[in-house]
Amino acid sequence: MVATPEKQTPANKQYRVIGTRPLRPDGTDKVTGRAAYGADVKLEGLLYGQVLRSPHAHARIKSINTKKAEALPGVKAVVTAQDFPPPPPGSINLGESTANFQFLKDNLLASTKALYHGHAVAAVAAVDLHTAEDALALIEVQYEPLPHVVDVREAMLDSAPVLHDSLRTQIRAAGIAPRPDRPTNVASHMRLQKGEIEKGFAEADVVIEREFETSMFHQGYIEPHTSTAYWNKDGEVSIWTSSQGPFGVRGQVAALLQLPVSKVHVTPMEIGGGFGGKIPTYLDPITALLSRKSGRPVKVAMTREAVFEGTGPTSATFSRVKIGAKKDGTLTAAQVYLAYGAGAFPGSSVGAGAMCALAPYVIPNTQIDGLDVVVNRPKTEAYRAPGAPAAEFGVEAVMNELAERLDIDPLELRLKNIASEGALNASGQPWGKIGAREVVMAMKEHQHYNSELQGEHVGRGVALGFWFNGGMESASSAKTNDDGTVSLILGSVDIGGSRASLAMQLAETLGVPYEAVKPKVVDTDSVGFTMVTGGSRTTFAGGWVAYELGVQIRGKLVERAARIWEVPVDQVSYGDDGVIRGPKDAEGKERKLAFTEIAGQLARTGGQIAVSASVSKNTQGAAFAGHIVDLKVDTATGKVDVLRYTAVQDVGTAIHPSYVEGQIHGAVAQGIGMALLEEYVYGADGRLQNASFLDYRMPTTLDVPMIETVLVEVPNPGHPYGVRGVGEVPIVPPQGAIQAAVYDAIGVRFQHTPMSPRVILDELLPDGG
Amino acid sequence: MQAVKYVRAASVQDAVRLLQDGGATARVLAGGTDVIVQARERRREIRLFVDVKHIKELIGVSYSARGGLTIGAATPCYQIYGDANVRQRYPTLVDASSVIGGTAIQGRASLGGNLCNSSPAGDGIPAMIVLEGVANIAGPGGERTVAIEQFCTGPGRNVLAAGEFVVSLHFPAPAAHSGARWMRFIPRNEMDIAVVNAASQLRFDGNRVSWARIALGAVAPTPLLVAEAAAAVVGKPLSDETIAAAAAAARSAATPIADMRGSIKQRKHLVGVFTERTLRGAAERAQGAQ
Repeated sequence: MVATPEKQTPANKQYRVIGTRPLRPDGTDKVTGRAAYGADVKLEGLLYGQVLRSPHAHARIKSINTKKAEALPGVKAVVTAQDFPPPPPGSINLGESTANFQFLKDNLLASTKALYHGHAVAAVAAVDLHTAEDALALIEVQYEPLPHVVDVREAMLDSAPVLHDSLRTQIRAAGIAPRPDRPTNVASHMRLQKGEIEKGFAEADVVIEREFETSMFHQGYIEPHTSTAYWNKDGEVSIWTSSQGPFGVRGQVAALLQLPVSKVHVTPMEIGGGFGGKIPTYLDPITALLSRKSGRPVKVAMTREAVFEGTGPTSATFSRVKIGAKKDGTLTAAQVYLAYGAGAFPGSSVGAGAMCALAPYVIPNTQIDGLDVVVNRPKTEAYRAPGAPAAEFGVEAVMNELAERLDIDPLELRLKNIASEGALNASGQPWGKIGAREVVMAMKEHQHYNSELQGEHVGRGVALGFWFNGGMESASSAKTNDDGTVSLILGSVDIGGSRASLAMQLAETLGVPYEAVKPKVVDTDSVGFTMVTGGSRTTFAGGWVAYELGVQIRGKLVERAARIWEVPVDQVSYGDDGVIRGPKDAEGKERKLAFTEIAGQLARTGGQIAVSASVSKNTQGAAFAGHIVDLKVDTATGKVDVLRYTAVQDVGTAIHPSYVEGQIHGAVAQGIGMALLEEYVYGADGRLQNASFLDYRMPTTLDVPMIETVLVEVPNPGHPYGVRGVGEVPIVPPQGAIQAAVYDAIGVRFQHTPMSPRVILDELLPDGG
Repeated sequence: MQAVKYVRAASVQDAVRLLQDGGATARVLAGGTDVIVQARERRREIRLFVDVKHIKELIGVSYSARGGLTIGAATPCYQIYGDANVRQRYPTLVDASSVIGGTAIQGRASLGGNLCNSSPAGDGIPAMIVLEGVANIAGPGGERTVAIEQFCTGPGRNVLAAGEFVVSLHFPAPAAHSGARWMRFIPRNEMDIAVVNAASQLRFDGNRVSWARIALGAVAPTPLLVAEAAAAVVGKPLSDETIAAAAAAARSAATPIADMRGSIKQRKHLVGVFTERTLRGAAERAQGAQ
């Protein structure tokens, strides 16, 4: 039944393994249902937990009485915020986000105030789920409801209800006026500045300024969060969890429960999607506390409703974008103002949004302001290119409008101002080797862009996108086996095919077939510290480590071969074909040993080889994407049908092209959801109204066309195989491209997303319908 | 979800007795695609599920030119839209039953369950109304029949008394020169709940519409049979003018609420759009049938 891939020639001629499309090692278990996810964990004596959540958007918690719940037969433990020790000062870097321990603790279980509908206030462990659920109803919480605010602009008004009495605005750049010393919802204000903004606008022939709003979007991973914990009698805590970063879970649990990290053992289970939303912890410290109290292992699995209400979606945002250009299309100045709703605690991705907003373009005079604002919504978290889609949506919309005003083709306008090596970005730093121009050229030359649109109310739009891609820490080890294979031990949870992409890079380095490398994802005690699977960093940093492991193994094998042949080491070399060659023997025959041959002899010549390596990289190659979309609007209903979609992207080197394409397909589908369907809907009471996949509408397969991908390969010189991250940047352009296509179809420039059928119909219907 | 008892009924009488004994917290279980979700979310207090899908009268599709179509109330959608007679003679039932939930849901969900759930937005109900469907009901007092348009009495409420349940659905054989069509508006293209749904049936005498039925969903506390809209097209050839008159009558009959799924303005407008689209679709099918 399992198809064996045909002998493949890599698309990339430079390599033997890189650029081929082998089967993923975890594929069979996943399609046959054998792969073990967090919900599959079963332990002797396991208890089942449930979490009680606030029905109020904002309320003071006057008291919590758990006596009746504790008395219910079958209930083994109840915990509230009182069960946590005081949190340590400071925060933990989780890769794509940072968690302040005080806020993290207050988010896990509310203490003095419930700050959003769905904020956890207590948790129960019982012999079965039904009993735990019955127990929740017996917990008596006395709330004093307070006025709430869910809108980011309203939250900035002086009259707005204040979430945190202790909060003052942190001013994060010179030139921003200080704020009065009184409670506020504006947690911080940052600014990036370059050139002289007023002078730049004065030089412009055309200036366009527009305001935009984007809604709160959830990552929508298929697998809800789960955690199982067992706190044993020695004080060692074992956790089996669904997380993008097991080391991050270890760090968060250790800090919040005042344990040394060596006493916390985290096993990452297979993960059913994360997209940034499974970087913070929501359940692990709670299951650990419930286990300590009950003396038994405890599992909590969220419902979908809890996932929507209680985990971290992306910010709802407001932005103002002003761009000036000369008649010939040369951009002279740009000003961007971003206000992001952080949710109930500070820490939105507005900083990343600010740095991305104008990245595709070289503009001499720029100013970008970013405000982080708390509102009575769940604490926002990373979501695929965190902060970038909202910031770049407004910029791309204004760029498209400028192109029309200047009567310049929208791609020509972009080419005229495109970011390139050596030019300065908005932070004043020079770009390294980037493929922005190559991406736009590929769009321009693509058949899609040059085809005729047909039919009524059809339109086409384009947009670009940028994302940094992260580096950070990764570690791995590898060992040879006497059957000629190599085990590759990984600390990176495999979300998007990283077992395969990392094994391929080790196989390439060793000159062995992909199938000879056996990757395995292990727990936090069995591999070196490895940062989160996120930030499009895993194939990059993990690939660096795999390369270094390969280089170490090659060196050791050369030494062994020299010993076997009794020749000097410097006369032995390791070929890229995986064959070790030495000087000719006495009979004039070439000495050579293939990797598989020497692996079988290692036990007799000094033992099997085991190596480990770690890297820590500050940066990696920046990624640019450009999308082209055709769509049709049903003007009687306001519904948009996406007809054709082409996604062009500089992917560095495509290690496994199918998984690169898969990342692009997934990101475009999510971007289409943001543009047309998805949003958190709040009632006047501040309660979330659509905490389900029925009413939080993500696109289905019938809502997304076949997505054509064009992989432009501009290798990253900062990586042995030219890797750039690929997973995040393709979620950036869809909102801008679809907004432009809707305008092309019906002549309305929407300045907010989603452009749902109701919103579009409202524009098309005369008043009164 | 609270702990719940499950019993499999062997016969109609058995089910009636179990439901009666179970009292107010007993609930009929067919496909379970609505009631299990309601139980899990504790939206209804359910202590006992009486599984009726193993009773032989509750599953299956039968058709005869004289007797028309009978569908066991628990017959899953895939079996309904896969039936050759349904496909040929009642394509309107295919319209609705093939889009309820998704493919997996259609392996369990039934039109009887769709009716008894009595959601104002229930996709199958307007289709069954325009096809002049009736529900065959069994209960402690014996059997009775209720026309589909009289079955629902409010959101989630219907005419079933304690101990009663729907055994089967019946539809007369289609008349000559007739056609019907059901459609809905959803923001997505599948796996969604109707913002508005609508169905029309037309019978022709020559080029004149001799008889019509138009029904709407999701725009009132119950699905609606709109006689005024039908009257606007009867007695004349179907034209842009008569269709517009029917659409206007349908819009006035609709009393939608505004919620996150749709505004009043949007729903009223869509009622007109889908009255028109289903009328044109019904006329096309009537022509094809000739």
